[in-house]
Amino acid sequence: MRYSLASLLTNALTGNRNWKPVWREPEPKPSYDVVIVGGGGHGLATAHYLAKEHGITNVAVIEKSYLGSGNVGRNTTIVRSNYLLPGNEPFYEWSMKLWEGLEQDLNYNAMVSQRGVLNVFHSDAQRDAFVRRGNAMRFNGADAELLDQEQVRALVPFVDFENARFPVRGGLYQARGGTVRHDAVVWGYARSADMRGVDIIQNCAATGFRIENGRITGVETERGFIGAKKVALSVAGSSSRVGEMAGLRLPIESHVLQAFVTEGIKPLLDTVITFGAGHFYCSQSDKGGLVFGGDIDGYNTYAQRGNLPVVEDVAEGGMALIPAIGRLRILRSWGGLLDMSMDGSPIIDQTHVEGLYFNGGWCYGGFKATPASGWCFAHLIATGQSHPFAAAYRFDRFASGRVIDEKGMGAQPNLH
Amino acid sequence: MSQINRLTGKGLVDHSKTVSFQFDGQHLEGHPGDTLASALLANGIRLVGRSFKYHRPRGILTAGSEEPNALVELRTGARREPNTRATTIELYDGLDAASQNRWPSLRYDLLSINQLASPVLSAGFYYKTFMWPASFWEKLYEPMIRRAAGLGYPSKQTDPDRYEKANAFCDVLVVGGGAAGLSAALAAARTGACVILCDEDFVLGGRLLSERGEIDGQSTQDWAKSAVAELESLPRCRIMRRTTVFGVYDGGTYAAVERVSDHLPEPPAHAPRQRLWRIVAKQSVICAGGFERPIVFGDNDRPGVMLASAVRTYVNRFGVTPGRNAVIFADNHEALRTASDLADAGVTVRAIVDPQPQPSATAEQVATETGALYINGIIDAVSGAYGIKSVRIKDAQGASKTIDCDVLAVSGGWNPALNLTTHLGGKPKWDNALSCLVPGDLPPGMRVAGAAAGQFSLQACLASGEAAGADSARDCGFSPSAPSRPAPTEDGSPVAPVWYVPSSRGKAFVDFQNDVAVSDIKLAAREGFRVPDHVKRYTTLGMATDQGKTSNLNGAALLAEATGRHLGAVGSTTFRPPYTPVAIGALAGHHRGKDFRPTRLAPSHAWAVEQGAVFVEAGAWLRALMFPKPGETAQETVDREVANTRTNVGVCDVSTLGKIDVQGSDAGTFLDRVYINGFSKLAVGKTRYGLMLREDGFAMDDGTTARLAENHFFMTTTTANAVKVSQHLEFCQQVLWPELDVQTVSQTEQWAQFAVAGPKSRKIIEALLDSGQDISNEAFPYMACGSFTACGGAPARIFRLSFSGELAYEIGVPARFGDGLIRTIMRAGAEFGIGPYGTEALGVMRIEKGHAAGPELNGQTTAHDLGLGRMMSKKKDFIGRFMGQREALNEAARAAIVGLKPLDPKMRINAGAHLVKRDAVANAENDQGYVTSQAYSPELKSFIGLAMLSDGPARYGEVVKVCDPLRDYETLAEVCSPHFIDPEGERLRV
Amino acid sequence: MRITCPYCGARNLEEFTYRGDATVKRPDSLDESATEAWVDYVYLRKNPAGLHKEFWQHTGGCHAWLEVTRDTTTHEIVAVELASKGAEHKER
Repeated sequence: MRYSLASLLTNALTGNRNWKPVWREPEPKPSYDVVIVGGGGHGLATAHYLAKEHGITNVAVIEKSYLGSGNVGRNTTIVRSNYLLPGNEPFYEWSMKLWEGLEQDLNYNAMVSQRGVLNVFHSDAQRDAFVRRGNAMRFNGADAELLDQEQVRALVPFVDFENARFPVRGGLYQARGGTVRHDAVVWGYARSADMRGVDIIQNCAATGFRIENGRITGVETERGFIGAKKVALSVAGSSSRVGEMAGLRLPIESHVLQAFVTEGIKPLLDTVITFGAGHFYCSQSDKGGLVFGGDIDGYNTYAQRGNLPVVEDVAEGGMALIPAIGRLRILRSWGGLLDMSMDGSPIIDQTHVEGLYFNGGWCYGGFKATPASGWCFAHLIATGQSHPFAAAYRFDRFASGRVIDEKGMGAQPNLH
Repeated sequence: MSQINRLTGKGLVDHSKTVSFQFDGQHLEGHPGDTLASALLANGIRLVGRSFKYHRPRGILTAGSEEPNALVELRTGARREPNTRATTIELYDGLDAASQNRWPSLRYDLLSINQLASPVLSAGFYYKTFMWPASFWEKLYEPMIRRAAGLGYPSKQTDPDRYEKANAFCDVLVVGGGAAGLSAALAAARTGACVILCDEDFVLGGRLLSERGEIDGQSTQDWAKSAVAELESLPRCRIMRRTTVFGVYDGGTYAAVERVSDHLPEPPAHAPRQRLWRIVAKQSVICAGGFERPIVFGDNDRPGVMLASAVRTYVNRFGVTPGRNAVIFADNHEALRTASDLADAGVTVRAIVDPQPQPSATAEQVATETGALYINGIIDAVSGAYGIKSVRIKDAQGASKTIDCDVLAVSGGWNPALNLTTHLGGKPKWDNALSCLVPGDLPPGMRVAGAAAGQFSLQACLASGEAAGADSARDCGFSPSAPSRPAPTEDGSPVAPVWYVPSSRGKAFVDFQNDVAVSDIKLAAREGFRVPDHVKRYTTLGMATDQGKTSNLNGAALLAEATGRHLGAVGSTTFRPPYTPVAIGALAGHHRGKDFRPTRLAPSHAWAVEQGAVFVEAGAWLRALMFPKPGETAQETVDREVANTRTNVGVCDVSTLGKIDVQGSDAGTFLDRVYINGFSKLAVGKTRYGLMLREDGFAMDDGTTARLAENHFFMTTTTANAVKVSQHLEFCQQVLWPELDVQTVSQTEQWAQFAVAGPKSRKIIEALLDSGQDISNEAFPYMACGSFTACGGAPARIFRLSFSGELAYEIGVPARFGDGLIRTIMRAGAEFGIGPYGTEALGVMRIEKGHAAGPELNGQTTAHDLGLGRMMSKKKDFIGRFMGQREALNEAARAAIVGLKPLDPKMRINAGAHLVKRDAVANAENDQGYVTSQAYSPELKSFIGLAMLSDGPARYGEVVKVCDPLRDYETLAEVCSPHFIDPEGERLRV
Repeated sequence: MRITCPYCGARNLEEFTYRGDATVKRPDSLDESATEAWVDYVYLRKNPAGLHKEFWQHTGGCHAWLEVTRDTTTHEIVAVELASKGAEHKER
């Protein structure tokens, strides 16, 4: 059913009784051309682009819980393409472009809100690093602006300019960045893939992979064996534990990133803002809550929860940047499991098992990457070739040393 | 109007004193011991707020922290707190509160027209529209939605109050001071265990304060008072009132917030507003009580519709009746007490409506006793938009009857407040007998008692609390006495709850605050959102400020029905911290403003302040950036400081560099393994530059290391990496090579160190040293080091090192002499024209010399990139050697360090600019590198820069384009050696 | 989370600094043929869901590096040892 103002009004007049399920709930078929493991944003986007861009529709997406139960429903909804390195920036800029056309592509309002992303800086050295990054963005056709203190003040007048331990000296601003309603991304991609014939199968955890003579032949699941010519893993956060079933040893650690939302308040913050002297980034949702986060907890974990030191650290960063939020109250905190890769950048590649494809290692960048990740992963699955935008996201970069290390932290995942 | 609904002589409030307050500008009075909610009800005010989506008029539903409706903006100006629950605000004199989410006024609210459009504004409607045209989202739709959404207004001003953090440790933490909690605390504390009892309320007792029962021959209120008195007499028991335990973390860590001053107009001098407690407990007993469930029926949100238990609280604890004509609508017998309590307080109980399938003799009996009509039926309709006026009741036979009333007390049974049991991943279990979720697997050391455990009766609360308290103490090694209270026998057979009334008229609300109605849940189920989490995300059920405390289970019941499943199979969403919303300020404590992070001050800081230095943050340090003279521009100051150092002599505090003492018979071997170059053969009394790699082969840090004695080295690191390098060395020493005889210790704070640089520096150092010590060029050449005494016996280490490129010394003295030394240096240097220089001039001189610093050591560069590839020893293993040899880290195409000279010396080489070939277009394809550092060289009378350029060292003489599109700037520059000044180092060796 | 430092006793998480997997072993060999071992050491991790032996340093206390065995699904800590244990047995 196509969504339109007319369909909304017609249904309202009939008591909203005629809306149909957004996706079917089919039984799994014995086999598919492609089985995508993981019904999160990336898996569903991959299914959508496989069907739409490559005409491959004999596809199943299997999800161990409910659709969107992983990181796509646990992030702080920020989208941006303010990356530095050649391996990253074209990919994230392509993602930004796909976000810009997403609603028309999906006929689903994911509330892509290009309200701007502001990274403030506090020193000359930090400014120079931001300038290098902003110029890399410009070189790649993305938008970037360098703001001085007064321009920052105009955007966010309540930031602490007078009494700060690390005074704000300016900022790098990407006007096209912003936020997207995360759950709507899941539902929109799922609806579109489903309408094109993709089977979406919830509550169907993969329990093993059938590999014969080095080639994948299907997935063992809680609901029986599902044969597949190709299997695509899209389970960031759990990549190591799922990959282990196929014999993968990955350059990845699982870490938890906490996020927070305050009670709803009338409009306060119109952009996304990131603190440069501590760990705090924040935007205000359309419902009115300030949505914010900070650093990862920093130890390997598969528990979707964090601990108090980081909660305090994030609140401290928030108060240092915006001392007006002291009386606003945190309503809820949660944790998402990240694939923290060894260089802080993702992987979209084939594996040593023929027909088994891998998508993971997204670190903090997973949500904003959703459309381009699906686009490039679909390309790889369909053609067997890396998409040019994801050409650097290969496993062999670790052995060769051609790592994509935005932060320059080296092979220690919790520092990225 | 003065407290028309106050019940004389009833409750725990102090009737002898009055407290004045304002609500929406109206002046009102209450009593000490009131909450804002009880005081508003006492004054006959029922309309308190507006709902989120439809702006429906709302009143007070509960008497506790689960309140969804009665949210107000408390206080004004910078202290305004939006969304504050009237039911938990302790009344104080001068309190000022305002209703919210309404315009122009609470009674006449323009956006209440949203109600008319409710068929269109169904669950998830916004996902299906607002898409055309695409550009209108940011310009029109979203601003409109944002203005309508939210609830209260934030202050937008700096929070004027202070917050604190504190730690506490105990054997047994008891959360909640009701019947179960007091019993648990008594049982544990009587054993001598260290007990902390926290309660969110300002009076302990929980529901004991709200009910008229008896314990051990005392009224429940008196029993609570004596229990508290006994606990207060026990030396190892601490009672924390107004303290909410809001989060459970790993390892027995509990987070709590104490509202120290929220019951006062403003915090007293030297007192914080709130205090964050990190409580580490060996054992805990969660006695958080329960939440009564509303029944879902049409127009169940009208002001005056209230939970039955809340009505009893207002009557018995606060001495307030919410109305004068009451109707009871309850599916359980406990709620019948509301009828008795109201009747005894002189309130007319018009009817008791019982929706159970069979009539109840007990209920009928209570009806007779209270003079009420008993109707086995349902509430069919409610009238009175701004306050309930009447209800229409339909009996089991279908006959309707309209009864006037101004309060409708509703009860659909109780849910355990099990929130804290799930914070570490515990999953609640469905209890078929109780028809609710009860705690499932508990974290180590946690017990649950009382209503929170599904033990709802008073006897069960007392007994389970006592048992849990005693068991907890026993697990901590104490010996509790035998239990005094037998576990109760089951009181009556439980009945199946009535979740909602399908036939009633009007919108039936499940989640009051977010306006989630029955129709929304049905629509979600119809559209395929069939698990609680999907329903929550699609309809916003349970996402409001109460986090679904009164709505989640009702929503699950409706979902179960809509999807044809048993409620026990539907599951639930997850409760996460915090239990109730917590102020960001409390979590931050004092870490804000200048106190966000500690400030490290260099030993010469006080002196530099006296000189009028300008300071700059360098990590945690505050360093002197420059020492301006009156009338100078910043550029003039830096130029002067550089020129003076290069022609006369300058002094700079370099104490912030990391300093690490390395000692032991294997110290040399150890350094060989952490640096790319060798140190074991370094002669005693010599210093050497070294580069460290990470194990992945990229550069980590650089610095000099001096050999003070055969087994004693003294390493310096960059300021930024001091801690990281220290940890790295400790890892190498303890984990990788524990067999080596070597110890490392950070001495950054122990030594004050000054660089004295310039052609005349030797004269000053000579003047400082005690007589008879020789630092002539012959005796103490470039890169020499040694221990001396200075200024009359102070130990001093001298290193003939130069970052500036001039003849220079670094002199280190114990940190306590640092302030004295800088003053002595300045006195000794006066005749030679000494001037202090700051980090800006330091930076200019190091760029002139082509020394790598932070911008070049950015974690992405290799020894090759820094021009130090040939320093990598082939003869030994060292950290990063194997991976550092990989082709990708050494190939010519990598960007490596070069100098850049603008063709026009007045043009800047902007740091952060990218480099392309002279005639190339500035785009990613042509990108060949970037500028790391730039400076104006007074000696060369030109801007200069350091850059990382692809194949750079082979391209000296080539002209490249410096592109800074971010600042709309381009210039041409010649690639050159990074050593702009004195490339042979002759000045260093004189 | 609380970690019991063998020297200092049980302390809060914020006193400790995490490094990661303690089961990987730095290769001795610098031969070309050791590439796989080095890549494995520097980049590849088992990252188990369950018991994980990992390095922590008590940076807010005694600076000892510790080998902590912790369940990554529950955060339960089952063992804490000094990472330098056995140094006296190694060859000088």
